[in-house]
Amino acid sequence: MNEVTKIDGIGSSVRRTEDKKFLTGKGRYTDDINRPGQVQAYFLRSDVAHAEIKSIDTKAAQSAPGVVGVFTGSDIAADKVGGPICGWVVPCRDGSSTKEPPHPLLAQGKVRFVGDAVAVVVAETMEQAKSAAELIDVDYNELTPVVDFVNAEKGTQIHEEVPNNCYFDWELGDESATNKAIESAAKVVKLSVRNNRLVPNAMEPRSALAEYDSLDESYTLYTTSQNPHLTRLVLAAFMFAIPESKLRVIAPDVGGGFGSKIYVYIEEAVCVWASKKIGRPVKWTADRTQAFLTDCHGRDHVNDVQLALDEKNKIIGLRVDTVCNLGAYLSAFSVVVPTILHGTLLSGQYDIPAIYTNVKGMATNTVNVDAYRGAGRPEATYLLERTMETAAKEVGMDPAEFRRINFIPKDAFPYQTQVALQYDIGDYEPHLDKAMEMIDYSNFEKRRAEAAKRGMYRGIGMSSYIEACGLAPSAVVGALGGRVGQWESASVRVNPTGTISVFTGSHSHGQGHATTFAQIVADKLGIPMENVEVIHGDTDKTPFGMGSYGSRSLASGGSAISKAVDKIINKSKKIAAHLLEASEDDIDFKDGKFVVGGTDKEKAFSEIALAAYVPHNYPLETLEPGLEENAFYDPTNFVFPSGTHIAEVEIDPATGVVEVVDWAACDDFGNLVNPMIVEGQVHGGIAQGIGQALLEDAHYDENGQLLTASYMDYCMPRADDLPSFKVGYTNTPCTHNDLGVKGCGEAGAIASPPALINAVIDALSPLGVTDMSMPATSQKVWKAIQESQSVAAE
Amino acid sequence: MYSTKYIKPNSTLEALEAIKSMGEGKFLAGGMTLIPTLKQRLASPDGLVDISGCDLDSISDEGDAIKIGAMTKHASVAESGLVNKAIPALAKLADGIGDRQVRNRGTLGGSVANNDPSACYPSAVLALNAIVHTNTRSIEADAFFTGMFETALEENEIIEAISFSKPTKANYVKFPNPASRYAMVGVFVAQFNDGVRVAVTGAGEGGVFRHAEMEAALSSNYNADALSALEISSEGLIGDLHASPEYRASLIKEMTRRAIV
Repeated sequence: MNEVTKIDGIGSSVRRTEDKKFLTGKGRYTDDINRPGQVQAYFLRSDVAHAEIKSIDTKAAQSAPGVVGVFTGSDIAADKVGGPICGWVVPCRDGSSTKEPPHPLLAQGKVRFVGDAVAVVVAETMEQAKSAAELIDVDYNELTPVVDFVNAEKGTQIHEEVPNNCYFDWELGDESATNKAIESAAKVVKLSVRNNRLVPNAMEPRSALAEYDSLDESYTLYTTSQNPHLTRLVLAAFMFAIPESKLRVIAPDVGGGFGSKIYVYIEEAVCVWASKKIGRPVKWTADRTQAFLTDCHGRDHVNDVQLALDEKNKIIGLRVDTVCNLGAYLSAFSVVVPTILHGTLLSGQYDIPAIYTNVKGMATNTVNVDAYRGAGRPEATYLLERTMETAAKEVGMDPAEFRRINFIPKDAFPYQTQVALQYDIGDYEPHLDKAMEMIDYSNFEKRRAEAAKRGMYRGIGMSSYIEACGLAPSAVVGALGGRVGQWESASVRVNPTGTISVFTGSHSHGQGHATTFAQIVADKLGIPMENVEVIHGDTDKTPFGMGSYGSRSLASGGSAISKAVDKIINKSKKIAAHLLEASEDDIDFKDGKFVVGGTDKEKAFSEIALAAYVPHNYPLETLEPGLEENAFYDPTNFVFPSGTHIAEVEIDPATGVVEVVDWAACDDFGNLVNPMIVEGQVHGGIAQGIGQALLEDAHYDENGQLLTASYMDYCMPRADDLPSFKVGYTNTPCTHNDLGVKGCGEAGAIASPPALINAVIDALSPLGVTDMSMPATSQKVWKAIQESQSVAAE
Repeated sequence: MYSTKYIKPNSTLEALEAIKSMGEGKFLAGGMTLIPTLKQRLASPDGLVDISGCDLDSISDEGDAIKIGAMTKHASVAESGLVNKAIPALAKLADGIGDRQVRNRGTLGGSVANNDPSACYPSAVLALNAIVHTNTRSIEADAFFTGMFETALEENEIIEAISFSKPTKANYVKFPNPASRYAMVGVFVAQFNDGVRVAVTGAGEGGVFRHAEMEAALSSNYNADALSALEISSEGLIGDLHASPEYRASLIKEMTRRAIV
């Protein structure tokens, strides 16, 4: 009998088992994989933002050294290969649906952003492919580019199918009730905010390697994907019209995604297509410039907010009119992000009796915009929490107190918001209280005064956010326009010696699933976690899965694993009952042992496993041999993490530099499986949020050229931009999954930008500054200080 | 990058012969600018002459100056006992260039010859009234930098060493570009017996420059307060995404103020 030595179960901060290979540089990423006979693909990209293609001359490139093939949009069209599809559409106010223009794999007749692929050169080496691409002559008839999305309606039409460059004009909520609330309000707080455009910047750039096997007419695609099954589904069903069984998609180690690797991009599809055309494996890897130009960007909203208050400063209505930039083509989740994942979050943590929102999604000659860490929820939280702080200041209340009187009370759960979501559980005052305590809120004014003596402006700002993770249930997703299910799968295979192989439909690209999921299984089965191996990212190995995005892996994927383990335990009990000659009802399972209640008769889990595979003494007439179970888990609701973050900053008026001097984050993620990994997610999320609030800005000029297309100009947060974070938790376990877990992957990025901007405005409030846009760069802050001083002088 | 020839000679003489044998050759020092330029296919020289084997990396005390070989790496300058003793501001400047990897590849001569308007070293050359020694002549700092990415160097002229005058006091303070961390404004202030020299990098449309008004003010009173009344003109300053000419002008004054210690 195996002695159980150590169980690193749920709640234990086990070190990440996957880190050894990553920290020693031994990760196996797509670009590390090489296949015999492999050739390299290089994409010739448009250097103009908007143009008709008059002609493409590839003759010289075709005969350049090392070139195996040069292809353009007409080759793709001739083979009738489809382009990427939109995975979720919404209805428009006028009754029409979202306008879905085609997105050809290589440009056909027109280019629509700088970076749009015009041709692909396949050659023996990347240098040869690049040299040949320089020989391709494209004759463009340039059109006026549309860059300013707020006025895109008046711009040159980009797609025939999209009049006024408006993909959709969507609404949610009760407009007349909301307008009535605004009309009857004691006070209406108005604010316009912009959510700046971001480049996702995963450490590993996108890459694809496709191989065609002519004997069984099947493809293998290695690719940088957050969800290999969806990639397979889209490629097989919508692009190539081949059986899914003829396409294996492997997403090996993936170096970060942040949303940008959810979607099927044209490059991986072209590699698949070319691998058959050429009869050799085709590899493509983006360099950093291509990543800047062609990875889907994030955010890019402007929001007009009106918040109606009664005479007791209680919120009675909220109206938000939003225009967002979706770029040149509709990416897979581009439509759902600013609508369903944004409009439905507008109630925040507050009891708001009337809410209405209208969102217009615009086409522009910029790269596609889609989900980026938080996806819609950061935008909702930013506008709401900026407005809450502004309102508190306008009515002369402490921002914490103003939030407190408007919180959904603890006894009101489940709480039905006016924007479709029903929060199952939450308790908001405790995390507000705890965060205030963590940052010593009550003594802030002393710190402000002390900083003033040093000539520095000190400010404090908070943000109480709500997040909806783990999109669900599938039926609701479908009713809202989603074209996929939102369940997750797991297969738990017990090996004859009692070790476990877990096959999950989730995908890890930095999140630590190999550790977290193993902890769940180890905890439930009472076995050491080193006996549990987690396998993901290969459509030939794992059951159909939806992948990882939207902080769904633990709540949906973890719950599926938990369900499959329950099935294992149930079957094991039957086997144990047989072996112990007892009734199944009398078998208790505890600490890895099946015990006949009230006796010392027991069998270890490993003995049951062995009996299942060596069924010499086994109830074969009633029970199948083997011990392996599948589970597909469709959650009954979203999960709703919430929390309060408080930022403290100091501003140097001489330079405008904002230093983040303190940070308290108190989050309610439900039960924590691995608190260390959760804390890491919180740190990473806040770092990204600080990046958005202070540093990052994707900037196109009026010609549609991305001016911030390298790290020389696009400013990523670095370690020395960040303070030491104070991280704390409250816990209201999720009511509708067995583990009682919520999501934690995006919370930091959702909570932090408004907290930080609120702190910056608070710091500058002695100067009369009431607004600050993101990113609050030193130049912008310096200018605000100069302007306030010149106003004061007048 | 395009394929190209690579030669690594053992002396400046050999290096000159090598470059003359090429049509459009380039000297390769630390390669911190040249190699990325090549990788992005923005240049296609007929050959590269790597001068790292030409014995140009010594640091010596010349009495009233410190002479540093052109191929001396930033890290070596930062760690040099001689430099730290005689001109600690220069060691501090070298220690703040790029990151550890850059400091262990990038060279003094490479930086000065390239005259990137955001590079740190040109400000030290100008403020410390340095002399640039080449294979053919010695050039005074004031005559060396002729414009953004432009210098007095002629074709096939190699910087061999630079002599930096020892100041009575000096300091370098930079405000880094938040993204690239090159100098958005860098100010090198050096006090000599006959006056103060102030060189500004990162800010000028024509590259590094001396600031006459601040020099005059500080020459008569070496104190940050001496700058209070000065209005720094934004004319001729770089304006880009990160900083307008006006913001740069303000930073020039502030960085200079902070450099006076």
